[in-house]
Order: sequence, then C-alpha cells, then structure tokens
Amino acid sequence: MSTIPVTPQPKTNRIGLQILDYRGGKTTLCAGCGHNAISERITEAFYEMGIQPERVMKMSGIGCSSKSPAYFMNRSFSFNSIHGRMPSVATGALLANKTMRSIGISGDGDTASIGMGQFVHLLRRNIPMIYIIEDNGVYGLTKGQFSATADVGSTLKTGVVNDLPAIDTCALAIQLGATFVGRSFSGDKKQLSAMLKAAIAHQGTVMLDVISPCVTFNDHEGSTKSYKYMQGHEEPVAEVGFVSHFDDIAVEYDHDTTVDVQLHDGSHLRLRKLHEDYDPTDKPNALKMLMEAHEKEEVLTGVFYVNTQKQDFTSMLNMVDEPLATLSPERVRPSRAVLAEIMEAHS
Amino acid sequence: MTTSDLLVQSQPTSGSASGILQIVNDFSIQIATVNGSGSQSANNVLLRSIFRMGVPVGGKNLFPSNIAGLPTWYTIRVSKHGWVARKTDIDVLIAMNAETAQQDVLSLGAGGAVIYDQSLKLDHLREDLTYYPVPFDQLAASTGADAKIRKLVKNMVYVGVAAQLLSIDMDWVEKTVRRQFAKKVKAAELNLKAVRAGFDYAASSLTKQDPYIVEPMNATQGKIIIDGNEAAAMGAMFAGVTVVTWYPITPSSSVVEDLIDYMKEYRVEPDGKASFAIVQAEDELAAIGMVMGAGWAGARSMTATSGPGISLMAEFSGLGYYAEIPGVIFDVQRTGPSTGLPTRTSQADLTFIAGLSHGDTKHVMLLPGSVKECFEFATEAFNLAEQLQTPVFVLSDLDLGMNNWMSEPFEYPEKPMTRGKVLDAKQLEELGGFARYKDVDGDGIPYRTLPGTDHPSAAYFTRGTGHNEKAQYSERADDYENNMLRLARKFETAKTLVPKPIVQGKGRQKVGIIAFGTSHWAVIESRDQLARESKLETDYLRIRAYPFTQEIHDFVAQHERIYVVEQNRDGQMLNLLKIDLDPVQVIKLRSVLHFNGLPIDARSITTVIAGQEGADK
Repeated sequence: MSTIPVTPQPKTNRIGLQILDYRGGKTTLCAGCGHNAISERITEAFYEMGIQPERVMKMSGIGCSSKSPAYFMNRSFSFNSIHGRMPSVATGALLANKTMRSIGISGDGDTASIGMGQFVHLLRRNIPMIYIIEDNGVYGLTKGQFSATADVGSTLKTGVVNDLPAIDTCALAIQLGATFVGRSFSGDKKQLSAMLKAAIAHQGTVMLDVISPCVTFNDHEGSTKSYKYMQGHEEPVAEVGFVSHFDDIAVEYDHDTTVDVQLHDGSHLRLRKLHEDYDPTDKPNALKMLMEAHEKEEVLTGVFYVNTQKQDFTSMLNMVDEPLATLSPERVRPSRAVLAEIMEAHS
Repeated sequence: MTTSDLLVQSQPTSGSASGILQIVNDFSIQIATVNGSGSQSANNVLLRSIFRMGVPVGGKNLFPSNIAGLPTWYTIRVSKHGWVARKTDIDVLIAMNAETAQQDVLSLGAGGAVIYDQSLKLDHLREDLTYYPVPFDQLAASTGADAKIRKLVKNMVYVGVAAQLLSIDMDWVEKTVRRQFAKKVKAAELNLKAVRAGFDYAASSLTKQDPYIVEPMNATQGKIIIDGNEAAAMGAMFAGVTVVTWYPITPSSSVVEDLIDYMKEYRVEPDGKASFAIVQAEDELAAIGMVMGAGWAGARSMTATSGPGISLMAEFSGLGYYAEIPGVIFDVQRTGPSTGLPTRTSQADLTFIAGLSHGDTKHVMLLPGSVKECFEFATEAFNLAEQLQTPVFVLSDLDLGMNNWMSEPFEYPEKPMTRGKVLDAKQLEELGGFARYKDVDGDGIPYRTLPGTDHPSAAYFTRGTGHNEKAQYSERADDYENNMLRLARKFETAKTLVPKPIVQGKGRQKVGIIAFGTSHWAVIESRDQLARESKLETDYLRIRAYPFTQEIHDFVAQHERIYVVEQNRDGQMLNLLKIDLDPVQVIKLRSVLHFNGLPIDARSITTVIAGQEGADK
C-alpha cells in the first residue's frame, strides 16, 4: 500500500471559507495603533462565527476609527459616511434590508462629540447592529485634540490639561436602551474576541467601548487611555466566555461563580464573576458599578449589561419578511382600483 | 384693482329685482377667524359646496405660526373663468375675529359685503359696504349644542348665512356636511342644524343688497379638490416608496402624515405586515442620513422637509451626489432666511438646492406647478433618483402644499418602476466583477450592486472621500478630476430624463414669460389681463425641472424680452438661467418678483410687464 502525499487542506470555518476571505485592505493607520488590533479581532470573530461576509454591512463616520472598515472584510459592503452621522445611515440601510448584519465602527469624537445626537437615538431605538467605539480620547486625524471621552486631569502631549469630565458611553448606552453593553481594551485579545463573538450572536444594539490607545498622540504619561495606564488600571468586572450555538465544546466554569446568558441564536455568554453582586441583566446595578469605578479611577471592562428580551427596532416596525429594498413592483405599487377609490373620495 | 374695476370686467349677467347689479361667480370671500377655533371644517364646506355646484374655486389659508389665539384668514376665490391664483381684493368678508374685524373691514373694496357678529358693531366704519349683522352666539345656542362646542358650531352658522346670501345650493351644503362628518352622524346633524339656523336667520332677517351670487355651472365635473402635500404623499405611495423618514416642520409635515395614513390603508399586506418603514427621525440630519442609508441598500427612500431642514441636509446631499446614492427629498418651501415666516410661502430655496453642499455639486430639481404634478413628479423623482443614482429634490411650496386646489383626477403611473443600473450575482459572474464608478456606457452613470448580493466581487467601499473607478480611496489628481468630469457628464444625461418645460402661445410674440411652480396660476391670468387690457400678446414657458433642457434655450432665443416671474427677492431662477444661457441671450432677461410671503397674484405681474412694455414702445 503506497502512501499518497497529502497537501494539507487550508483551514476553513463552518461555511467553508478561509480566514483570507475575511481579510481587508492593508491598514494605513499608525503602526501599533489599537484600532488595527480591533480590526484583527473583528476579522477573526466573523470568521470563527462563520458569517457570510456578503451578509455584512460595515458602517462608519469620519476619523481614524472610521477608516478601519477598509482594513477588514473586503467582501462585505461598506459605507464610510460623514462625521458623527453613521447611526442614521446604518439605520436607513437596515430598514431597507433587515436581513443584513451591520457593524459600525466609530471613534470617541465621532460618537461622543459631533455624533452624540444620532448616537443616543441609535441606542434608544435598539437598532440591531454592533456599534464599536474605538476610544482613544483624542482626535488623531487632526493631530491630537481632546475628545469628550478624555478623563478629567489627563494631559495632551503638549501638556494641556483636560478640565471637563469624560462622557461614559457605556453608562449612556445602558440608560438609553442598548441591549448589549460592554467595554474592552484593544490589547486584551481574549476578552475582546469573546465579546465580539457574543455581539454577533446578539439581536439588538451592541455597544462596545474599546479603549484603543493612540500611539502617536495619546500614549504618554499623562494619558488615561495609554497602553501603560490601561495595563495598570484595567479591572475586569467579569471574565467573559462565549460558547457559540454550533460549538459542542463547552467552556468549563464553576457553576457557583458564573452567570450564563442565552443569546438570540442559541449561543451562550458566560461570565465568571469577579464582583460578587454582578448580574448582567440588572440595569441599576450595572450603572452603579460604573459610577463607583469612576470614583475609584478604575477602568472597568467586561460585559456590563445584556437584555435579550427587548424588541429591536426593525422587529418593532412589523415589516414584511423580505428586504424592503427588493420587493416586487406588485407589492409596493397599489392597484388602479386603489387610485380610483382615492380619486372618488376627493371629487 | 378696486371692486369697481371688477364690476366693469365681470360683465354682470343680469339685474336683480332691487335694481342692484349682480356679479355672478366672480368674486372672493374672506373668512376672518381665530387660529384654533375650528373654522377649517366650515370653510371646507363652503369651498366644496360651491365646487359641487360646478363653479371653479380656489381656497387659500393664511394662518399664523401659532397653535391657538392668533388671527387666521381663509379666502375662497369663486371664478367662472377658472382663475385660481390669489386675488388681492376681497368682496365678501365674514368677520368672526373681533381683534382684526375693524382692519378687515377697512381693507375691503368699495361695494363689498360684511357678514359679522352683531356685537362687533362694524357698520359705522364705512358707508360704501353692505352690512349683515348676525347674532351668532344666539343662533349657535339655538342648536342645543353644549356650551363647550358652541364655538365650533358658530362656524357652521356662518356657512348657512353665506349660503343664503350668496345663493349657494343648500342641497350641496347638506351633502358636503354629511360627507365631511361621514363617520360621526351626531356631529353631522348638529352641524346641519347650525347651518340651517344661519340660513333661516338670513332668509328672515337680512335683505340681500350686495351684488355677489353663485350660480350653477358645468366647469368642475370630474374634477377633484386636494392639497399638494396629500397629492405628493399619494405619488410617493404609487411610486413604490418603502423607506420614509421625516422630522416635523411646517409646511411639509402633512406630506408624511398623509403618507402614513395611506400606507396603513393600502400598503399593509394580508398578514398584517408592512411593505414599508416610516421613521420620525431625531432631526433632519438623521432624516436624510436614513434616506441615504436606505437608498444605498436599494430601497426607494424619501424625506420631506422645508427650508431650515434643507439647510441641515446640505452635508449629506453632497455625500449623496459624490458617493452617488439615490434618494428623494421633498422641499415644501416656506419663507426664509432662517426661521423666516414659517407659515408663508416662497420659491426661495432654488439656488441653494441647485448646488446644495460644499464643493462642486449639482442637484436635480423637479418643480411641480400643480397638485397633479405633485403626484406625478413624486413618482418620477424616484425613477430619476435610481436611474441617475443621486438625490433628487422636489420643490413644492406652502401655497401648493397646504392649500386646496382643483385638479383633473390623477392618472395611474403607466411607466414601470425604473431601478437603474444594478448588477445582480448572475451578471457579476458573467462580467467577472465590476468597477463601481466606471463610466461603462458613456452616459456618466456607473453600475452599482446592493448590499447582500451573493457574489464574492459584489462588495465595494462607499465613501465621501476621493475615490477611483474601483471605489478605492484615492488622492490622485487624475482620479479626482476624472471622477468629477464623469459626474458632470451624468448631469448632462439628466437633461435627457427630466420633465420638459411646457410652452403656451404661438411662439411668435416679442415678449416671453418664464415661470415655475405655483407662479403658473398667476401667470396664466396675467397673460389674459395683458391681452385684454394692454393688447399685449405673450408666449409663456413653464420650467418643470433643473437641469435646464434645450427647449428653454430655444424659447429665450426666440423672444426679444423675457420676463422671469418668481416668488423670491433675488431672482433666483433668473440667476440660474444666467449661468446656462449664452451671454447674448442673458441680456433679454427681466425679473418679476413677488416675495411678501403671500401667494403671487396676477395683477402684480401684469402691472410690471405692462409698465415695462409700455415704456419700451
């Protein structure tokens, strides 16, 4: 019996695609930028979850963060819109085709300053999409001005001190209606990957604030969004684990210390408790914990809040099952009899 | 023009028993009330009753930016000639507002008639009018209506008084009231009681002394009455709109409010699910953003707004132009700048929208002049937006949008929905991919794909930053320039697709008139005045879209002098024409402008043109 040399088959996911099918263009962001790490995690998460890239819409506004959809998943449809207005564009696209998945990449300036008006309404509507803030507390493209998520007392490279309080986008998101809210750190590969995969399994607004140090303008001593600061002050509220519905290997956790949330597609989000009273479905407690962390100058990370019961916006509108965009003319243009009836009523 | 002019012009048809001349079917009624007093139903009954007698009518509501308490005037023009533009002179006044009554009386033409609440004691103000004092409160109370709704019932009393004095057919009044309150039988009966109380009082206690009467005609058979916003809403529904976004703003709100009603009635499928989404956005930025998102993803999407909303939509409009995304924006124009007069009309958003956004931007504008065109252009706008892959603006105005107009019934759209150059997976497979911004056909219009198209080469990157043919980020000088030149070519293609202008006249006169939108109705009446009074024959071209088509160049070339009639201060249409026309032609253009917030009237146009033409002779 002769041995036939076998060329190793490339590794594929459950729909037969390789990780290459999820790659994007070459990044033009700075080397070491936290945003690039986030793009990597997004690429892996969609690959590992076996999502068809053509079923994904990548949305963004303006800024370094908003450029990053060009650096992952080239086979997905992308819309890099205008500054602070990605939520409305994403909303419209999902109204036109509710069968699509949507991931929006924004920044702290794009969300918490110019985009605050649209951001809060996206949360309030519980638009079914993943909304990621690549949060570095600074305007990079315009060369280093404070954003509204910069902490009080943090300094710019030039020594200018920030006097205004930071907006906590997670607290806002929990309060205003997002149904999956978490914070992570671009350098925390394990936590961010688990959160992204759980985000893909969730139906409703997923708001992830990912601290992503700006190596050029905000990675120095006085910054609270630097690699160094994050390594010293990050306190996970719970260790995040994720078990997809098609995954038969359950992650082992001690039952006494875990919280298990079943997501919409049957996947499970497992959180190993670090804080004793931690319950990701307890809204007031989640807010309290975030407020307390601010007092202690800690950066809490993890999934703070999950609500799998609330209806998302596209379901609320009770639209037909097919995408509105491609309904046949017969379904969208009423008959001659209808026009005649209306004309009669106005005679 | 005074009322005595009208007496001469209208050639009274017969003399009455008392020897007073009669003016038949050629006068206007003004009802002066207080905003929020519920006079709308009563005014509507008067308008529609005259309409159903076969007599042409036009109704115009002059209302304040206020919820309740400020003065409101509703004017009904009765015209056997079919003129429906605003008539500046009022012949019959129904004075229900104590606050404005004196001024209202003083502004009437000589020989006018005043129906008023007797407590206002107006009859000492002038001696050249006929006064009809009416005890409105007493008559309203006689209907047995609760004190709470007597204020509303009072309005129906004046309908009865006017019907009797002006010979409006009570059968039609009764049918109209019943139809108006079709779902509320009790309310219909109470209102009819009030109408009869007014009618009986006038018959027994008032003596007709003014000349104005309505006589049945055959001029409205088969016609409808509707406002432009409702017509636009219907047009959008029949265009197959699926995503509608809006932020409430006068005078455009009723476009979407009416659309909501229609869609709930006619676009909910048997299983109870909607073939549409309508979203009240947080502001106009979000409204247009949603339209762009939906248009990009392939839906027929629209929003409706007015001036301040258009200002907010500037940045997204530029994105739509540059990233080439379809969408329809209805602008029901009101008076600016800034908040301006929110409840008054104008045509002053024209030049702003033509290039809305920073950078070199040009937009397609449709300019409906009638309620029928509000319907038709709504349908056409969606076709154009998808064919041209660009935002298309439909510019109506408050006068057209919120007032009631007679019209021929609307025709069912025979043209199929044209969805433009969209590639599906099969075509992509055959072509082996595509370049989003490549001018394959030479018409400047590239091919696009919709999100979700199941092919590995279907996706592309949409952006407002510089891009090459393959939709890749590019700062290359030649990529930028080529793309901008292609967009200019696309705008040339638009000229072959937009509605052509309509020309009236023999084309051999020295004087031509150019107008658009609601100015049309005053222009056609003015041409009649010019011909009769000044023996001045004119040709007339009505522009219905931007970019301008060849017919407009030809019309200007064929005439010695062109009067451009528009409802703004700066001659915005004239300025747009200047950009396009040969300099030799530009010197022919003259402006006739009307911009006081009220709809333009014929006399204002006639005075300017007759004056200038007289001076030239």
